[in-house]
Amino acid sequence: MSAMRDKAGRPVVVITGSGLVTSLGAGKTDNWRRLTAGESGIHAITRFATEGLKTRIAGTVDFVTDEPVSAPKMAESLAEIAIEEAIAQARIGSRGRFPGPLFLAVAPNEIEWLQREELARASGANEGISYDDLLRAAASGRFRPYHERFAFGSVGEALAVTFGTEGSPISLSTACASGASAIQLGLEAIRRGETDAALCVATDGSINAESLVRFSLLSALSTQNDPPEGAAKPFSKNRDGFVMAEGAGAMVLESYEAATARGAKILGVVAGCGELADSFHRTRSSPDGKPIIGCLRNAIADAGLTADDIDYINAHGTGTPENDKMECLAVSAVLGERAKDVPISSNKSMVGHTLSAAGAVEAVVTLMTLEHQRIPPTINYNVPDPTIVLDVVPNTARDARMRYAISNSFGFGGQNVSLVLAREPA
Amino acid sequence: MVDTPRETWITGVGIVSSLGEGPDAHWQALEAGKVHIETTAHAPYIVHPLAPTNFDLQIPKKGDQRQMEPWQRIGTYAAGLALDGAGAKGNAELLGRMDMIVAAGGGERDLAADSAILTGLRKVAAQEPFLNERLMNDLRPTLFLAQLSNLLAGNISIVHGVTGSSRTFMGEEGAGVDAVRIGFARIQSGQSEIALVGGAQNSERKEMLLLYEFARHNLTGEFRSVWGRGEHPGFALGSMGAFLVLESSDHARARGAKPLAKLAAVANARSNRKPGEVTATLGALWDKIAPTGAGAIISGATGVEPATAEERAFLASHPELAVRATGTHIGHGVEPQFAMNVALAAIAVQHGRLFATHDATGFEHAAEGALTKAVVTGVGHWRGEGLALVEKID
Repeated sequence: MSAMRDKAGRPVVVITGSGLVTSLGAGKTDNWRRLTAGESGIHAITRFATEGLKTRIAGTVDFVTDEPVSAPKMAESLAEIAIEEAIAQARIGSRGRFPGPLFLAVAPNEIEWLQREELARASGANEGISYDDLLRAAASGRFRPYHERFAFGSVGEALAVTFGTEGSPISLSTACASGASAIQLGLEAIRRGETDAALCVATDGSINAESLVRFSLLSALSTQNDPPEGAAKPFSKNRDGFVMAEGAGAMVLESYEAATARGAKILGVVAGCGELADSFHRTRSSPDGKPIIGCLRNAIADAGLTADDIDYINAHGTGTPENDKMECLAVSAVLGERAKDVPISSNKSMVGHTLSAAGAVEAVVTLMTLEHQRIPPTINYNVPDPTIVLDVVPNTARDARMRYAISNSFGFGGQNVSLVLAREPA
Repeated sequence: MVDTPRETWITGVGIVSSLGEGPDAHWQALEAGKVHIETTAHAPYIVHPLAPTNFDLQIPKKGDQRQMEPWQRIGTYAAGLALDGAGAKGNAELLGRMDMIVAAGGGERDLAADSAILTGLRKVAAQEPFLNERLMNDLRPTLFLAQLSNLLAGNISIVHGVTGSSRTFMGEEGAGVDAVRIGFARIQSGQSEIALVGGAQNSERKEMLLLYEFARHNLTGEFRSVWGRGEHPGFALGSMGAFLVLESSDHARARGAKPLAKLAAVANARSNRKPGEVTATLGALWDKIAPTGAGAIISGATGVEPATAEERAFLASHPELAVRATGTHIGHGVEPQFAMNVALAAIAVQHGRLFATHDATGFEHAAEGALTKAVVTGVGHWRGEGLALVEKID
């Protein structure tokens, strides 16, 4: 029997359920088959007209259709798919009653153009339509449901009701590290002994014209629209930006002790988590890579391991020139001579950048990578970047023996989080 | 990890609102019953505008200020005040391992651009291509960063160097309670030694009024205290920034930091808000924080119904305690309201007495005797119920 507490005397935290939805499909089975086959979920956008846009591709989840579509409704629907799969696998609690808190990574919420136009029409104004007109229309009381739908706590509240989680649901945003932060908060709550179980979820359904334009104006997106499946090219010399995508990932975390006591199947262990913020710039990493290096080292130390123990890295790997360069620099510094031998691959080459969801989507894939002892590739790797001397598992999946894996997540605002997952308790 | 919860002190507060900035200005204004409202700029809605603030004092680089919308400037400014108060400003070693949890809304928009697009959309047949073209041309790249919820924390990292950790919670009042609760729980349990927690709001925003106007929550008409709004319920949004430096007592002692007060307990919950649930939930939380010997309640009541009436019903079951609803004076800050009220409670126990009441309804009564413990309430206008207990340090 493995120890119930880790080297630091904290409860060991295990994963007993996980769920996944991406543009490749709903559920882990379909996703795993397609990820290990090197398939891409990126396609031309059909949800809205893309005339006049520089980027016209994305990893939208088109098999979930909510009319009228809004980012919070889509986020809620995607999260429900992932949570249902995770809870069914964990066989925890009862229908509509999860025995622990909810930690939800979700995009910031905002009234969208559909609603603004609806209000503008209702106001009767035709010239110089202003927010005073919109406010007057809102004051009619006819649009009351929009208050709850577009509140920042909207998706978390809805999911807390649907799944009957305990206590105050925490909705969080650490930009593109959000999904990892949700798992981190669950890990910490169980380690504190506050709860035996936590539902950690990340979701993003925010692909609309404005969100796409916002990233486009920051020159963050790939503009290689044709063919869409070739656009996301992490670690390649010709990489030209990330591809926006939607999806959700969910994990049921439990103390090893509680999971064992109820006879749950242990899928893996959240062995450690590291974090370190970057104070250099709003969108760029410190050129010396120190915050990312420190983040990785914090994660490895938190897991009670050394860099030599790490067998695989699930990269943040966005495919922007900046991210991949800095991630390579940090991984090289932390792993030292082993850097060129430790496989590192980017799921984003296939599912795109699921933004707020990415940290959890990729943690679920990392867990499956450990479970199957098989590494999904980095696809579209055709033009190697001579400055990135890493084994990026190019284009084809590969079997490997792995005990410990890291999942990296870095985001705007200097957000850096790394998770260390283990195949089984030490 | 530790077996017994560690004592947690408040070693710094940074507060700015319509009443001014800092503990002294707030104490004096509350004693005097000052209310500063703006009734014309956003008519018919009443808001509490931010007092004139020289942002240069905490955000010295103009380039940094230009990268922020007002809500981020207010928050970054208040965070700087809190770090100053805790004696942590400029201490790179300390800031490099200081944790941070920010409760944030976000989404500040370019109203002129939105208005022009909405007007234009009424005149074209091909609406989507028109929208694409206008967005590509009219949105400022930097505005996106000023809209992102986590970029208040990002700006605090950049301007003040807080980098130990950075987490942003969203979800109105509840996010504000959770920011304080999680920061507190991490210190209590030994996961953290020192943390900056809080948030900010700019109330002078029509797009934020719009979100609340869907449910007709914005206060209009004659201004009354939050207890006196009865048939005309609602909140007057208040611009404010509020940050606390929470610290383990051992850590504070070791670096010679002077505490304002002890944060003894934080608890929160969510209810579905069926009739009576807020009152019942507050009762359960009250037992959890066990405020024996408390002499006052700093209430975050919003003025929105039925939440305010339900909180009032609960408070009425403790008639011995003097209540002060700060929302009457500073307005409703949503995310930062709870951290603000914890700060005001800390200031009150530090003074050893409660500030005066100016409540015309008579619900708030005069406080008697020395104040050593104060309870803080945070009942969300829609969801979330929270309580904290703040104690004087002998």
